[in-house]
Amino acid sequence: MTNDHDGGHDGGHDHGHGHGHDHDDHTEPPSETALRVKALESLLVEKGLVERPALDTLVDAYETKVGPRNGAAVVARAWTDDEFRRRLLDDAPAAISSIGITAPKGEHLVAVANTPRVHNLVVCTLCSCYPWGMLGLPPAWYKSAPYRARAVRDPRGVLAEFGTHLADDVEVRVWDSTSEVRYLVVPMRPSGTHGWSAEELQELVTRNSMVGVEPARSPEVTS
Amino acid sequence: MTGETPDPDEAATDPRTPPSGSDVAAVDVDLDALPAIPRDEDGPVFAEPWQAEAFAMAVRLHEQGVFTWRRWAETLGEEIRAAQEAGDPDLGDTYYEHWVRALSRIVAEHGAVSGEELEARTDRWRRAYLATPHGHPVELSAADE
Repeated sequence: MTNDHDGGHDGGHDHGHGHGHDHDDHTEPPSETALRVKALESLLVEKGLVERPALDTLVDAYETKVGPRNGAAVVARAWTDDEFRRRLLDDAPAAISSIGITAPKGEHLVAVANTPRVHNLVVCTLCSCYPWGMLGLPPAWYKSAPYRARAVRDPRGVLAEFGTHLADDVEVRVWDSTSEVRYLVVPMRPSGTHGWSAEELQELVTRNSMVGVEPARSPEVTS
Repeated sequence: MTGETPDPDEAATDPRTPPSGSDVAAVDVDLDALPAIPRDEDGPVFAEPWQAEAFAMAVRLHEQGVFTWRRWAETLGEEIRAAQEAGDPDLGDTYYEHWVRALSRIVAEHGAVSGEELEARTDRWRRAYLATPHGHPVELSAADE
């Protein structure tokens, strides 16, 4: 695969800004990348390939509405409803849509459950595929090369860095996401939560627990 | 269930089979040579507005059928590898830089926006900024004045 993206990337755009002249007569341009994004957006809108309102809606949804809340609702439901749990592990998209959550197009989700004997960890070694529809946008560490490389090579070491120490007899399964399959970890339900409602349990389901780097929060630590 | 478009490249991979397990750790790798994983709090997911815009454009173009998500993931993966080879430590903070390069390339490959068009428009926006008095909204037409 050839990559010639660097051709033209820094190609001679070094306009001097002439410091010393009046500051009020111009606006300092943003970074090269930000300018390029403005250029792409204005061209794509002109060509009718994207629409401003659709972009705004997407950004708003991912910044404020999705977060890890969809995933937390799904996990809490699985903790309290065995039939739902069975369906979730069997056919996650169908189970999720049955409780009124719609995953983004093209995001085929597979749910994997932690048990006392098996711990699941999710990574995307290729780029940073992530179950956006369930967890919102990925944190910086998920997108970083060290995590992407080490989650596969040394999953126990990575888990230890997150403070998750597994017994030797617990099998670690590492799931490498692809453009078409994203994984959602169903963490184990914390002890001491007998009789809790799904709404209460949701608060214990963190983003990190659904990526598999940490267990769900313990009830003592919540407040 | 593995996707709508069967592709010989990915045939026979059962998504339920973990591609790697704990035994992979036995591979001889100098773990100490790898840097620590950068950590964050649950802060804002987009550090700057352009990152959100770039994210939304890729998702929207995919929704509109301009490219497949597989092609997108391949393109992004290639840009990330290219950046790493060029010396980017790739700690997550440059992720949307890779994203924008991938987006620029994929729209050119699919005939939506050519490289020349994009260069010209980027330059025009730069000139628009420089021609707009500070504190005024920047309009593209300012570049032509």
